[in-house]
Amino acid sequence: MADQSGIDILQYLRGQTARHVRLQFASPSEIVNPLLFFLLVVILFPLGLGPDPERLALLAPGILWVVALLANLMICMRLFVDDFEDGSLEQLAMASTPLALSVIPQLLAAWMTGGLVLSLAAPLFGMMLGLPVSAAPVLVASLLMGTAIMLLLGAVGAALTVGVRRGGILLALLILPLYIPVLIAGTRALDEALHSGDPAVALAFLGAGVTGGLLLAPLAIAAGLRVSLEL
Amino acid sequence: MQFDSFSEALTMGGHGGFVWAAYAITFVVILVMMVRPVINTRSMQGTIQREFDRKQAHEKDAS
Amino acid sequence: MWRIIHQLGSPPWVYRFCDRVIPWLLPLTAVALIVGSAWGLLFAPTDYKQGDSYRIIYIHVPAAVVSLAGYYIMAFAGLVSLVWRIKLADLAMRAAAPIGAAFTAVALITGAIWGKPTWGAWWVWDARVTSMLILFFLYVGVIALFQAYDNKTIAARACAILSLVGTVNIPIIYKSVDWWYSLHQPASIKFTGSSAIDASMLYPLLGMIVAFYALFALLLMLNLKQSLTSEYSQSNWLIKRITT
Repeated sequence: MADQSGIDILQYLRGQTARHVRLQFASPSEIVNPLLFFLLVVILFPLGLGPDPERLALLAPGILWVVALLANLMICMRLFVDDFEDGSLEQLAMASTPLALSVIPQLLAAWMTGGLVLSLAAPLFGMMLGLPVSAAPVLVASLLMGTAIMLLLGAVGAALTVGVRRGGILLALLILPLYIPVLIAGTRALDEALHSGDPAVALAFLGAGVTGGLLLAPLAIAAGLRVSLEL
Repeated sequence: MQFDSFSEALTMGGHGGFVWAAYAITFVVILVMMVRPVINTRSMQGTIQREFDRKQAHEKDAS
Repeated sequence: MWRIIHQLGSPPWVYRFCDRVIPWLLPLTAVALIVGSAWGLLFAPTDYKQGDSYRIIYIHVPAAVVSLAGYYIMAFAGLVSLVWRIKLADLAMRAAAPIGAAFTAVALITGAIWGKPTWGAWWVWDARVTSMLILFFLYVGVIALFQAYDNKTIAARACAILSLVGTVNIPIIYKSVDWWYSLHQPASIKFTGSSAIDASMLYPLLGMIVAFYALFALLLMLNLKQSLTSEYSQSNWLIKRITT
């Protein structure tokens, strides 16, 4: 990779992100599968809990968020794996651009084709669980931020486990405890919206999480990738 | 002493089973955590000592 | 001051330190634990609300306090190992993880045993208990990550990063679980509330907390000595020390 000193950082990020997004679209199943997973698991809940619409509506926020969590986990399990195996991750680490910066395009692309899509599709799944349309804006807003945080945290875990055989379960074990605050805030926002309360506090919490995550996670991710590359 | 008799201390107003079980479990765990490293260390030290003695005897034979 | 830091990085020095401290720390800790337990079990007054089942507090709370502190100790050791590449910090972190996990498990088990006679259920989803369960998973994560790597030096580095991520998250997790619980709290009881505690009950509790901290330090040193013996079994300084 050429020396970046003369090139605008934003331009670099934009270019790289576009490239990664195009790569993602090359295998559309990577984008569709999490959606299908989401739908399938959402279907399991009425089947398991009974179709009573009132009860489903009561449980809808929790169900939607737990499933979003799991779908995100699945996306994070795929992060960095291909690049690790074909050596391009090592190249990236050795390049002059700081690794913490150069992973951002991949993560952005992963979020755009993963979390973003899930967040926009969520109201549809919410409707299947009896979630009123009025809650849709809060649902989408909270999920947009929540999936961003979960991707950043998941990427830290992925960075640490990419070199490990069958690291998927290990990744889940490492990340799910860290997802819990996101789950709590997200369901809280939705609950407030449903009962004419104020979702602002919960949404602000999520916003703070995204900001903090964007600042701190890339450092941890880069450190984790370097550790994995030493294997 | 809060309790008037030994049997009272044992039953603890009906909750004795719980209280004593909790303390027993805790102390067993603590004991195991203390004993394990000591045993392992002693055993490793024994190995090192034996290895050393063997080498000493070997050198003596050689000289 | 730099001399102390330098010494802390020297395995022979730490080994000698452990050898000097353990012989008196071990009996001291044992006595403190026994005296503290006896005090809490037999001499502290009976609680007018909970009767005698509350006596479990004298092991539950110290275990919980030390398990939380232990995570920070582990993460700190990890930080030192990551930044200054000191092998001993590595070993200290590795030693701290299972000890902390064990204390967390003890806290959870004694909490459940306390819960049954007091509130009628083995498990209650209140803020403290739930946070403690998550902490247990954070510990298990570090241990599992360590096991997953074959190269243990690299493994320790990965664990250091994970522990640091965990440290940042622990306050967030505790705060949000607290928040979550306060929102869903059944109108009546607060399970592990901070009610004013009488001095006659407080002192044995403080005593046991101190005893548990001493226990943690003791266990850390015992495990450190074991790791050092294993890691440096071929080193001259260790062989000399053991065979003379």
